[in-house]
Amino acid sequence: MSTTTTDNDVFEPSPAESAMAAAPVQSSVDWNKVARFGGILALALVFISLSGMPVGLDKRTILYWINPGVYVNNPDGVGLTLGYLSLLIWPILLGWAVGNEVVLEGMQATKRGFSDLLAGFGVGALGGLGVFALTFLMGLDREMDPDSGALVYGVRDPLVNWNENLYVLLTFNRGWGFALWVWPLLAGVLALIGAGLRLLPDGIRKAVLAAVTAIVSVSIFQFLIDDVIEGVGETINDPGRLSNFFGDPDDGRPRVDSVFDGLIEFVYAQTGGLRLQGMILIGVVAAALSLAGSYVTRGRFKASRKAYFDKPLAQRTMSTSVLMFVTALALIILPFFTGKIANELFANVGIFLLLALGLNIVVGLAGILDLGYVAFFAVGGYTTAVLTSAGRGDEWPSWVPLFVTDDGEAVVGGWLIALVFVVIFAAITGLLIGAPVIRMRGDYLAIVTLGFGEIIRLLFLSDWLSGYFGGAQGITNIESADFGPLGTVSGINPRSVFYLVLFFSAIAIYVSWRLERSRLGRAWMAIREDESVAEAMGINTVNMKLMAFVVGAVLASFSGAIFSAKVGSIFPTSFLILVSIIILVVVIVGGMGNIMGVIVGSLVLIGVLGGPKQPGLLQEFSEYKLLIYGALLIWMMLKRPEGLVPNARRSRELHQDEFLQDAWLKGEVDTGDDGDVAVEVAPA
Amino acid sequence: MTAAVKVKGARRTGVDWFLLFLRVLLIGLIAIGLLAFIAQQIDPNNWFARLTHDGEAASRLSWPQFRGLIVTGLSQGAMYGLIALGYSMVYGVLGFINFAHGEVFMVGAFTGFIMSNKFDEAGWWDGPIFIPVILITILVSTLVATATAVIMERVAYRPLRGSPRLIPLITSIGVSFFIQNAVILLFGPGAKGYPPNPDWLEETIPVVGIEVKKLLVIVVAAISMAGLWYFVERTKTGKAMRAVAEDKEIASLMGIDVNKTIVTTFAVGGAMAGIAGILWGILFKSVIATTGFLPGIKAFTAAVVGGVGNLGGAMAGGVSLGSAEALAPLMLLEPLGVEGPSQLRDAVVFTLLILVLLVKPTGLFGERLSSEDRA
Repeated sequence: MSTTTTDNDVFEPSPAESAMAAAPVQSSVDWNKVARFGGILALALVFISLSGMPVGLDKRTILYWINPGVYVNNPDGVGLTLGYLSLLIWPILLGWAVGNEVVLEGMQATKRGFSDLLAGFGVGALGGLGVFALTFLMGLDREMDPDSGALVYGVRDPLVNWNENLYVLLTFNRGWGFALWVWPLLAGVLALIGAGLRLLPDGIRKAVLAAVTAIVSVSIFQFLIDDVIEGVGETINDPGRLSNFFGDPDDGRPRVDSVFDGLIEFVYAQTGGLRLQGMILIGVVAAALSLAGSYVTRGRFKASRKAYFDKPLAQRTMSTSVLMFVTALALIILPFFTGKIANELFANVGIFLLLALGLNIVVGLAGILDLGYVAFFAVGGYTTAVLTSAGRGDEWPSWVPLFVTDDGEAVVGGWLIALVFVVIFAAITGLLIGAPVIRMRGDYLAIVTLGFGEIIRLLFLSDWLSGYFGGAQGITNIESADFGPLGTVSGINPRSVFYLVLFFSAIAIYVSWRLERSRLGRAWMAIREDESVAEAMGINTVNMKLMAFVVGAVLASFSGAIFSAKVGSIFPTSFLILVSIIILVVVIVGGMGNIMGVIVGSLVLIGVLGGPKQPGLLQEFSEYKLLIYGALLIWMMLKRPEGLVPNARRSRELHQDEFLQDAWLKGEVDTGDDGDVAVEVAPA
Repeated sequence: MTAAVKVKGARRTGVDWFLLFLRVLLIGLIAIGLLAFIAQQIDPNNWFARLTHDGEAASRLSWPQFRGLIVTGLSQGAMYGLIALGYSMVYGVLGFINFAHGEVFMVGAFTGFIMSNKFDEAGWWDGPIFIPVILITILVSTLVATATAVIMERVAYRPLRGSPRLIPLITSIGVSFFIQNAVILLFGPGAKGYPPNPDWLEETIPVVGIEVKKLLVIVVAAISMAGLWYFVERTKTGKAMRAVAEDKEIASLMGIDVNKTIVTTFAVGGAMAGIAGILWGILFKSVIATTGFLPGIKAFTAAVVGGVGNLGGAMAGGVSLGSAEALAPLMLLEPLGVEGPSQLRDAVVFTLLILVLLVKPTGLFGERLSSEDRA
């Protein structure tokens, strides 16, 4: 890249070039930059404080042993809480960011040194001053109510979080005078640490980051890890559990002492959060693994991975199938080791993964920004509901089938037959919505599809059709999906939902994977890259785009059908535009046009933060997750539009200029302006 | 636009036939609905009305009801028009839909809520100095909304100049999401009520039967619109804006500071949205964090109806959209026998958007886009 940053410098200057360059410039503090970053940090900290995040997340302990001296909402948790972490992480990040420097190709990076630390400290101190200013203002505003003796605030009126809890949390219950010195110092030191990370050698830095990430994730995912480890332990004690295939995961699961109980007690504190010893253990293990990765194997692992991917596709089949088999096996046995809540979580992730895979075909492959994607989800859900619920509207004529027996039980295989209708209706809806918008400009298309999404929801909601779809009351009593001897899938048993979702996700992944490499997929990608050129190449763009709509719609409708059977009742409020946008965020953050990216995106976002209504692992975040989704979307678009796991081709499209420039610098392309292909100028 | 231009004599495909059918269907439904409406105004018990109303007679719309609908439509339409100006100008200059423009409007309405309540606590809102107080409120709301729009441009959109078309659009969805939820977290999720208006605002002008506040909304909107028209058509900065909309590169060669002009565009659009926000507050007396979403989309529809990039068109589009939204449920859907037609008000707006894009994608008054966007 022509404008790479120091932390991912890919282009090694040749010895000749290095010799040409002057001695490295010693860096000096750019005070303007420090002031700018400090200001941003201060604003960010004040905003986060007032958003209620620190107080709201204070209930969750991350590290048990650090004692900040306050127990605002957390009387027995003595430690670093997620609330404090939501503030303290920013000085570190911005301290790191302030040292970021754009190094032009062929230039040399400035030498890192003491001035970086100084700049980092400056940024943090300014940010800390921002927090102090907030506490000072709150302190001025705070007064004793003469009647009740409680502390009241004048500005409380518009700002809901301008209250005593926040004041106590920010001042560590010692008044704003304490905040005056402690916040600049604390934030300054943290930012200094962030800046200091740049001074470390690459391998050590990686190890430190790995340790920190491991510690934070192990404590955040405490619930899941706890669940899995106990499950594994119990299975070792009692292997007979595995025979209970479709049974309730919590059935016959007495909390026997498992072999891992000691480990869990060693690592986690009883009130939640890591113990000091657990933190050290996990940090050391992670750092050691990371160091082993960078020093002991010396990139051998990476090289073999690269060699594997360099092989032609045909020769990879063996290893690929082994890999896939192992993954599938792991996924199939996983629910046996986890409890109900974890399985519920997996089921939710799966439902959104299906949606995201469908949207990935529409947005990622064909480049059609469909903001009304939730409409297909709704069609799938409502079709299933109408066909399998005795509680559907009473205006349906009798020839519309109802797969419920007379005594109100689900018909065996009824859900599968309903699914056939779901697919048909979803495909028709895809055509109906697709056809009018297919020739519109990309941005008009986005708004019009959004309009369609709303129209469909409003129709389901309306009194006009309430005889069919129940209006605001929705459709309740949807039967579970009965597969006869294979078992019944219902919301009561999340493990069964997980398997159903897994099955359909596998189909969706396979279909997306095959489509991407098919004629159709290549046509979609050509359309995405340049519609006019694609048309000139003989691609029937209209039909191809309609196909994208239909395939996407069918995948979403699968998800809707499963959702319907799982939840047992559906309402128009489950199909807000919000859902479309969250799926879009999942696809974009994961990596548009990349199946792996979409999987990672749904795991990370839906699994950790949660879906529009479904809680994720961080249940405390449910209030803030939409804000985080919005911020993530902006940040990804600005910094990494190709997503976390980029699709190589897509990312080349997005960074076309940089790729060309790089290639030109390395002499790989002839752009025609190096003399021998002079641009012809007509004589005057 | 690859869509609108269809080569003469080209073979019609299935999609073309379907679109033709859709156009005929929608226009036919509108025509039948209107005819049925006229018929049931003349005779509520005609055969078509009985057919669509399960054998019962339809109800006739009285003149005061009709007048009320028109005034409501006009005052809402005026606000849509004001918001639509921002969409239209930004689309004209940058060529992307600023999805978050509705949030600028919401921020204006929210600022108005805070200001008006503080004034109300001081006892100024309902007092004799209402006029200067509301002028100050409008001024502050406008300033805050302008600042929001400018910050938005600086933080989210400027780094994306020259990236693929959909990237800024997706970013603006993120911005919209972010602002909405930031407001929810900072100020709470509930509906925020404006203080009651002074009595004279709630009165109805005797002869014409228009509520004073609705008249106020229309007048303020008209004044702002006139001011904007003067600014864009008669000042140097406005000329620069038009030049940048026409062709950015050539404009910069002519010595125009393109960045500054784009910021001005956002600022002016934000100001209009801010004014619309406070007017919304006075009219409906309540605002929540999601207030901006639907009016935003509708205003975009208004901009498309009037022709994107065309300021007069945006205003006309807003007014016609507002009227259609107010009138269509009772004039089209009710005669066709749809129950609870006002629930489908928003659906009417979206259908109108689809219809306009199908029948006349350049809008009623034609688009004014830069040459590169016409593709």
